[in-house]
Amino acid sequence: MNRIRIFSRFEIFWHWAQALLIVGLLATGFEMHGSYTWLGFESAFKTHIVLAFGLIVLWAFAIFWHLVTGEWRQYMRPQNARIVSIIMYYAYGIFTGEHRPYTTTPAAKHNPLQRLAYVIFKGLIAPALWISGLLLLFYATWQAHLPGAYLELSWIAAIHVSAAFALLVFLIGHIYMAATTATPWYGYLYAMITGYQKMTQTPSDHHDTQKDKQQR
Amino acid sequence: MQQRSCLIAGLILFTTICGAIRFAHMMIYSTNACIHRRWLFAVLLFFIMMLPLAAQALAQSTADHRKFEQLQGPFASGPEVTQACLSCHTEAALQVHQSIHWTWSFDHPATGQRLGKRHALNNLCLGLANNYPRCTSCHIGYGFADASFDLTAQDKVDCLICHDTTGTYFKFPTGAGHPPYEDTLFRGKRLQAPDLAHVAQHVGPSSRQSCGACHFEGGGGDAIKHGDLDSSLIAPPVSVDVHMSPDSLNFSCSTCHEFTGHIQEGSRYLLRARPTAGIAVPGRDNERPACESCHGVAPHVPGIHNKLNEHARIIACQTCHIPEIARGGLPTKTRWDWSTAGQRDAQGRPINEMQEGRVYYDGMKGHFSWDQAYAPDYFWFDGSMRYTLLDEPIDPQHVVDVNYPLGDFASPDVRIWPFKIMYGRQPFDAVNQTLVVAQLFGSDPNAYWQGYDWVRAIDSGMREAKALGQVRHAFSGTYGFVETRTYWPASHMVAPAADALPCEACHQRNGRLSGLPGVYIPGQHRYALISTVGWFLVFVSLLGVILHGTMRYILHVRKQRSTGGV
Repeated sequence: MNRIRIFSRFEIFWHWAQALLIVGLLATGFEMHGSYTWLGFESAFKTHIVLAFGLIVLWAFAIFWHLVTGEWRQYMRPQNARIVSIIMYYAYGIFTGEHRPYTTTPAAKHNPLQRLAYVIFKGLIAPALWISGLLLLFYATWQAHLPGAYLELSWIAAIHVSAAFALLVFLIGHIYMAATTATPWYGYLYAMITGYQKMTQTPSDHHDTQKDKQQR
Repeated sequence: MQQRSCLIAGLILFTTICGAIRFAHMMIYSTNACIHRRWLFAVLLFFIMMLPLAAQALAQSTADHRKFEQLQGPFASGPEVTQACLSCHTEAALQVHQSIHWTWSFDHPATGQRLGKRHALNNLCLGLANNYPRCTSCHIGYGFADASFDLTAQDKVDCLICHDTTGTYFKFPTGAGHPPYEDTLFRGKRLQAPDLAHVAQHVGPSSRQSCGACHFEGGGGDAIKHGDLDSSLIAPPVSVDVHMSPDSLNFSCSTCHEFTGHIQEGSRYLLRARPTAGIAVPGRDNERPACESCHGVAPHVPGIHNKLNEHARIIACQTCHIPEIARGGLPTKTRWDWSTAGQRDAQGRPINEMQEGRVYYDGMKGHFSWDQAYAPDYFWFDGSMRYTLLDEPIDPQHVVDVNYPLGDFASPDVRIWPFKIMYGRQPFDAVNQTLVVAQLFGSDPNAYWQGYDWVRAIDSGMREAKALGQVRHAFSGTYGFVETRTYWPASHMVAPAADALPCEACHQRNGRLSGLPGVYIPGQHRYALISTVGWFLVFVSLLGVILHGTMRYILHVRKQRSTGGV
C-alpha cells in the first residue's frame, strides 16, 4: 500500500470553496424560490448575489488554472470509455464484491462516468446557471433593449430554477458516489481533504491504470 | 404661521413692557438686589430664547394685512371680502377662474371625456346634478346654488377658504359655498359665524388645514373618500407622513402641489404615472407633485444589486412607500350600499345604527363598511383615469367600474400603483342600462332625503344632467341597483423608508401584486411543472442513493460475518 498525491492544494481549495459557495447558493436560492423561509427574501437575495460573485471569481481562477496546467484534459472523454461497464458495476458488481472497473491515478483522477457527470455539470448546468443568473440580475439593463423583445423574465427564471434542481440532483449523486469511489468508503473524501489516496492496487486495477496511461 | 407670529410678537412686547416696568421699579425702590437680579436674568433668558423665533416671524411676509384700510371691515358677506382682496390682487380672481378648483370641469386629453366635479360620477354621493348647495359647500366660490351660477363673476371667488390662517373660517355645509353669517345650528351642532374682518386681516398661504377643510372631508366627512387624505394629516406623526409631519419637514400640500397663478400641479384625472424628467431644477420639465421631482429617478442607495432603483422603473414609489390605505388612525369608507337606504322610525326620521363606533347604517344613505390600515389593491396605471359616464351603457350583471385606471403592462409609461377600491351598490336606469345621478339634497319633495322616493330623486337628477348636456336620454322611470367600484390612487400618507414594504411583501407565495398580469415575481410566481418535476427528481435521487447505500451496507455486513465465520 502506498500513498499518492491525487489532488493538488489548489484543487482542494477550489473544491471546498466551491462546495461552500454552491451549498450557500442553493440554500438562499431555494428560499427565494419560496420553498421555505429562513433569512427572508431580501437577505437571501443579497447573500445569493455575494456568493454568486464569489463563485464567478473562483471559477475564473479555476479556468485559468486548468488551462495553464493542462488539467482540463481530465474532463476529456477517454478513447475507450467503458461507461456501460461502470454503470453495470454500480448496478450489480458493487453488491457482489467485484473489483472496480477503474482506478484513480493523478493522470486520470476521474472514472469515465465521473468525467461525464462533471462535464454535464461544468458544461451544461453551471453555464445555464451563470448565464440565466446574470441575465436575471441585470434584467433592468438589457430588458429595455433588443433582447427584451425576445426574452421573457419568467423564461430565464425557469431556466435558472430548472438548472438549480439539476444541480441539486447532481450534488446528491456526487456526494453519494464519492463514497463508492475508493476503499474504504471514505477514501475519496480523505483524498479530497488531504490530497492523498491510499493505493491498494489489484492486478486488474494495475491493468486499468496502464491502459489509462497509454491513452494519454 | 401668521397666527403664531402675532402671538410671539405679542408675547415679546408684553414681556418687554413687564420687564421694563419691573426694572424701573427695582432701580427706584430696590432693597433686595438678589431678587432683582433673578428677575433681570429671567427676562434676558426669555429674550434670548425668543430671538430665533422672532427672526423667523419677521421673514414671512412683506405685507401685514392688519394694516390694510380695505380689510378693516365690517364685512356683511364673503363677496364683500373678495372685492376688498381684488382691490390690490387685481388678477387673482381671473387666475382662479382658470383653475379646476373653480371650473369643476376637466377635459381629459387622452380619453376626450369631460370630467371634473360637475360631470364625473362616483359611488359615494353619485354626482353633482341638482345637489348643488350641499356639494358646492366645497366649491371655492360663493353661491354655486344651481347651474345658472355665473362662473365669470370675480367677486364670487372665495379667497378666504384657502388663505384663512385663523382656523375660524369655514363654509356652511349646505350654504352653496357661503360661510354662516350668523351662528347657525347644523345637525344639532352650533356653528359659529366667522368674524370676516378678522379672517381677512389674517390671510396667508394655504396650509394642510385649509386644503384639508375640503380634501379631507370628501364623501361627506373625515377620511371617507380617498383613504389617503384625512384630518390625521393636519399634524401627522412622522410614521404617518414623512414629509408633512411637524416633527420632520412640515410640508404643506402646496409644497408638492405647487401653485403658479392659482393653478396647482397635480390631478387625479391625469397624472404622471412614470415621471422621467428627474429633479425639478429650472429648465427641466416640472413634474410636481411627483416624488421624482425632489428625489430623482434613482433615489435608493444602489448597494450590491440596485434592484430598488430598477423596481422604480415599473413600480410607482407609492406602491412600497404607502404600505397601507388609511394609515392615520381614521377608518375610510370601503363600501356604500344605497339599496338599503330609506328606513325610518315611527316619526319618519332616518334610522342610524352604529357598530364598533362607526356608522354601519344610515337611513338616509344605506349600509356602510369601513376599514383602516389595510393593504391597497394594485394596478398598472398610465396616469389617465377613465369614467363610466351617464351616457355609456353598462352591464348590470357585472360589477360596473364607475372609474378605472387606464393602462396595462404592455402600455408605454405605465407603472404599478396602489389604489383604494371603493365598493358600492347604487341606483341605475334599468331600461336604458346606464348609471344615474339622483337629487339627494334639497328642501323640495324630489330630494331623496325629503321624499325617500328614488324615482322622483333620479328623475330630478337626470333632468338636470340632460339640461347640462351630460346625457341625451331621460330617465326611464324604472331603476335598479348595481354593484360598482371606484378606484382612488394612493399618493399621500407616505411612510418613512423604514416603514415601507419589505421585499417579502410581494416576493412570497400569495404576496401582494398577486393576480396582477404581466409580472413574474420570484418567490411568488413559479412554473408548477418545473417545481414538481424538480422535487420529484430530487426525491428519486435521494431514494436511489439511500437504497443503493443500504444494500451496500447490508451486503458488506453479511460479507464480514461470513468472512468472520471462516
